[in-house]
Amino acid sequence: MERYIFYIVAAIMIIFAIASVNSRKMMRSVIYLLFVLMGVAGIFFLIDYNFLAGVQLTVYAGGIIVLMIFSVLLVHHIELELQLAKTSKRILAAIASLIGIGVFLFTIYSYDFKVVENYNTTTTEQIGEKLLNFGDGGFILPFEVISVLLLASMIGAIIIAKGRKLEEKETEDGGQK
Amino acid sequence: MNISLSITKTIHEWLFSIMSETAASITEMILIATVYLAVFAVFGLYLVLLERKVAAWFQLRLGPNRVGFKGLFQTMADALKLVSKELTGTVKADKFLYNLAPYFVIVSALMALAVFPFTQEFQAFDINIGIFFLIAISSIGVIGILMGGWASNNKFALIGAMRSGVQTISYELSVGLSLLTMVLITGSLQLSEIVEVQKSGWLIIQGHIPAIIAFMVYMIAGTAETNRAPFDMVEAESELGAGFHTEYSGMKFAYFFLAEFINMFIIAAIATTIFFGAWLSPFGITESIPWLGVFWFLGKTLVIVFLMMWFRWTFPRLRVDQLLTLEWKYLLPINLVNIVIMAFVVWQNLIIQL
Repeated sequence: MERYIFYIVAAIMIIFAIASVNSRKMMRSVIYLLFVLMGVAGIFFLIDYNFLAGVQLTVYAGGIIVLMIFSVLLVHHIELELQLAKTSKRILAAIASLIGIGVFLFTIYSYDFKVVENYNTTTTEQIGEKLLNFGDGGFILPFEVISVLLLASMIGAIIIAKGRKLEEKETEDGGQK
Repeated sequence: MNISLSITKTIHEWLFSIMSETAASITEMILIATVYLAVFAVFGLYLVLLERKVAAWFQLRLGPNRVGFKGLFQTMADALKLVSKELTGTVKADKFLYNLAPYFVIVSALMALAVFPFTQEFQAFDINIGIFFLIAISSIGVIGILMGGWASNNKFALIGAMRSGVQTISYELSVGLSLLTMVLITGSLQLSEIVEVQKSGWLIIQGHIPAIIAFMVYMIAGTAETNRAPFDMVEAESELGAGFHTEYSGMKFAYFFLAEFINMFIIAAIATTIFFGAWLSPFGITESIPWLGVFWFLGKTLVIVFLMMWFRWTFPRLRVDQLLTLEWKYLLPINLVNIVIMAFVVWQNLIIQL
C-alpha cells in the first residue's frame, strides 16, 4: 500500500511542479508550488519523519507560501498574465535543467543505498538532544551559527524597513543640540 | 508508515477478521473519516445555533425559536436552504482558485479534528508530534482565505483577505509559543502523553501562574486566529461588505461559515486538551466509567466555546494598527518572558501536583 501511496504523491508532485513553471498566472503558480511542498510533507509522513513533515508544513506551506501569496496580492492584478520567455532563453533554461537532472541522477545511481530493515520513528526528543549536543555528532555549532544568522537578518530587515526614519530622527536630534 | 488508528477495539478486530490487512486498514480509515465528517458537519451546525442563541441572550432577544422544538432545527433548515441555492460567481474571477478556496479551508479545518483525544480509546490518530501537527495545520487554513479573496476579483474581498493574512501570521506566533510554554511541563508533544501527565492535576493547576498567563494569551491569540470578533477585521461588515467571502454563495459560502465554527471548536478543544485535562474528570470522580470521558471533553470544550462567544458579543472591534500593536508589542514579549518563567518553575520543581 505504501508503494502505491508513494507513486500517487510523486505523480501529484511532478504534475504540479510542471504546472507551476508553465502557468502564466502568478497566483496559480504559487498555489501549484504549494501542492508540491505539501507533497514533500506527505512523503515525510510516509517515511515516518513526522517532525520534519510538521516543519515542512509550518515553514514552507504556512510561512513561505503565505508570504509569496502576499507579494502576489500586492503587485499582481487578476487579469495580468506573465510574458512568455524568448526562445533562446527557453533553450538555455532547458539545457540548464537537463544538466541539473543529469548531475542529480548520476549521484543517486552511483551511490550505494542500504536498505534499513527495522526502522524507528525519530522522536522530537532525539532531534532536540542531537541539536544541542556538543559531543561527537552533535549539532550545537551549526545551530548557534544559524541563530546568529537569523538575528542578523532580522536586524537587517528592521534597518531596511525603518532605515530612513531612524536617520531622520538622528539628524533631528543633532539639529536640536 | 505506521498509522495506528484506534477507535474501538471491537470494530477494529471485526474489520481485520473479515478482510485482508491492507483492505481492512483502508476501510477503517474511510469509515473513521466518514463518521468524523458526518458528526462534525452536524455539530458545526449546532455550534451556529448556539452562537445565535447566546447572541440573543446577550442582547435580550429570544433568538431562533420557530423551526422544531425551541428552534432546534433552525440551522439544519438553513443548511438545506444553502444546499438548494444557486452557486453564483463573478465572470472575471479566476475560476479554478475561486472554486478551490472553500474546500481548502474546510479540509484544513477538518484535518485537525483527527488528533483530539475524546476519551482514552477514542482518538483517531495519535501522532507523536500532536501539538505541532495542530499548529502546522492551522497555519495552512489561511491560504484558502487568501486564495478566495484574491480569486473573486473584488476589492473588498481582497482587502479582507490581506487583513486575514496579516492577522493570522502575527497571532500564529502567540498560539505556538503559549502552547510551547505548556510543553515545557509535559515534556512531550504527543496528545495522549500530555493527558497522561495531567492525571496528577490539570496543567493549568500544575503550572499555576505561568500556565494561567499562557492560557490567557492563548485565548486572545486563538480568538484572533479564528477571525472572530473582536478581531474580525477580515469581514468587518460595516467596512467590507462580507470580507473575503463577499462573492461566494450557496454551499461554497456554507463551507467558509462551517470552517469558521469548526476552527472555533478546534481552538477550544486544544485549550481543553492542553490546559484542562482533556477527557479527565475533575478529581477523578468518573474514573471507573471511561466512556464518560467524551462528555467531560465536550463539556469543557463547550464552556470555552461559550467564553469565545462571550468575547464576541461583549467587546468592540479593534482597528488594524491596534490589532498588530497588541500582538507584537504586548502578547509576544509577555509570551517570551512567560516561557522563561515556566522554564524556571519546571527547573526548580515548583509544579503543584495533586
